[in-house]
Amino acid sequence: MEQFVELSNGVKLMSCLKRHDRLYPSDATATGSKKQFMTDPQNADAQQLIEWMQRLAVGQDRTAFAGLFGYFAPRIKAYMMRSGSDNAAAEEFAQEAMLMVWRKANSFDANQASVATWVFTIARNKRIDAFRRINRPELDPEDPLLQPSAEPMQDDKVIEDQTAQAIAAAMEQLPEEQAVMLKMAFYEDKAHSEIADETGLPLGTVKSRLRLAMGKLRSLLGDVEL
Amino acid sequence: MTAAHSAVTTDPEFGKTAGPVHHLSEDLLLDYASGALDEAASLFVVSHLTLCPDCRKELMRLEAVGGALFATMPPTDMSADALEKALAALDSSDLDGIPASASQKRSSDNSKISVLPQAVQKYIGGDVESLKWKRLGMGIETADIPLSSETGTNSGKRCFLLRVPPGKAVPQHTHTGTELVLILQGSYQDELGTFAKGDVAISDDTIDHRPVAAEGESCICLVVTDAPLRLTGPLGAIINLFVRV
Repeated sequence: MEQFVELSNGVKLMSCLKRHDRLYPSDATATGSKKQFMTDPQNADAQQLIEWMQRLAVGQDRTAFAGLFGYFAPRIKAYMMRSGSDNAAAEEFAQEAMLMVWRKANSFDANQASVATWVFTIARNKRIDAFRRINRPELDPEDPLLQPSAEPMQDDKVIEDQTAQAIAAAMEQLPEEQAVMLKMAFYEDKAHSEIADETGLPLGTVKSRLRLAMGKLRSLLGDVEL
Repeated sequence: MTAAHSAVTTDPEFGKTAGPVHHLSEDLLLDYASGALDEAASLFVVSHLTLCPDCRKELMRLEAVGGALFATMPPTDMSADALEKALAALDSSDLDGIPASASQKRSSDNSKISVLPQAVQKYIGGDVESLKWKRLGMGIETADIPLSSETGTNSGKRCFLLRVPPGKAVPQHTHTGTELVLILQGSYQDELGTFAKGDVAISDDTIDHRPVAAEGESCICLVVTDAPLRLTGPLGAIINLFVRV
């Protein structure tokens, strides 16, 4: 059994896995002691999410997928409904986004982003496809022009639990008017100009409130690496 | 612009890398992170990100905020058979022969350094040599980047590459809307300073300038505008009638 393989070796080892293991992942990962859902996957913690992602990337583990689905699909659905999708369409988007999670599992890098952030970017791009029907130009990580970072990426490690909890706590402390704008920007796909239209506030006020909110979040978060 | 630059310098480490000096505004990065940016501006942002590790790091921070907001969002229940459907979709996904780990490696030609980021090359099917430049006069050339047909939010935006020969100037002008400029090759100087590879200049109607390309190689820029330029030099009024830059 290959349950200890490195993520980076996933490509090779995955092909060695027998079809049986993919169909019956609980057999293949019998030594993983905490594999069963102790609780509702909707309340999975950050460590559990990372473990599921790694099992998905390495072994196309369906139990892990089911866990991720339980946690993220209802959130993606909520996110899509906030953007104006009806129940059925939001459900369909959530299905499609989760299929992307399955397909792109190998590109997840726990050193670069939390699982929630990674899934958020997938859902966000899905929303752009769905609502705007435009091409979304994307950064090509293999671009020979890519100017490398001077410092090692490990410094940017995001501890998901800490970050998510810290941000949630920091959001509580934001003045209502700033929190509302951040939510409009992130949940509801509103550009600065659209928020201005909707709230009737001058564009400059929207910009400065958003900037204040981000600045405040950072200072509230203190040492937590965003 | 310096104003745009200062908007993202909350990190004391910012700007200490070998990357560009003039960065994206926080507005652009935040709209990109939240998914609200139109195609033209997204292409601009991605092109700068390619050349700027500082802004990539800043984007990761903004996306982490987005991810945390997303995780704390009250979930909406999926239908009872949702997981079953998803698992069935995985089966047909397997049949597609797309392994979860498929990583597409491009067979890139490393013998020569490209000028255009891959995101731009996708639109024109290659690097600068595959562009059809149109002469504007005074040695200045432009080449349009064909954006996909856009609905609503994007309308009126134009995205093009601008090439100014070494030592030549773009005539004195101002802007009727907002203009985003990213230097991809060479450099130029204007009333606001020197802009070199990877640098961003954001101009509006408060900026009236005459950028001059440095000697050496021609200056190639990616430009996104939402309204035409307005020439302000002595012959400007006449030229404005004929040229739409």
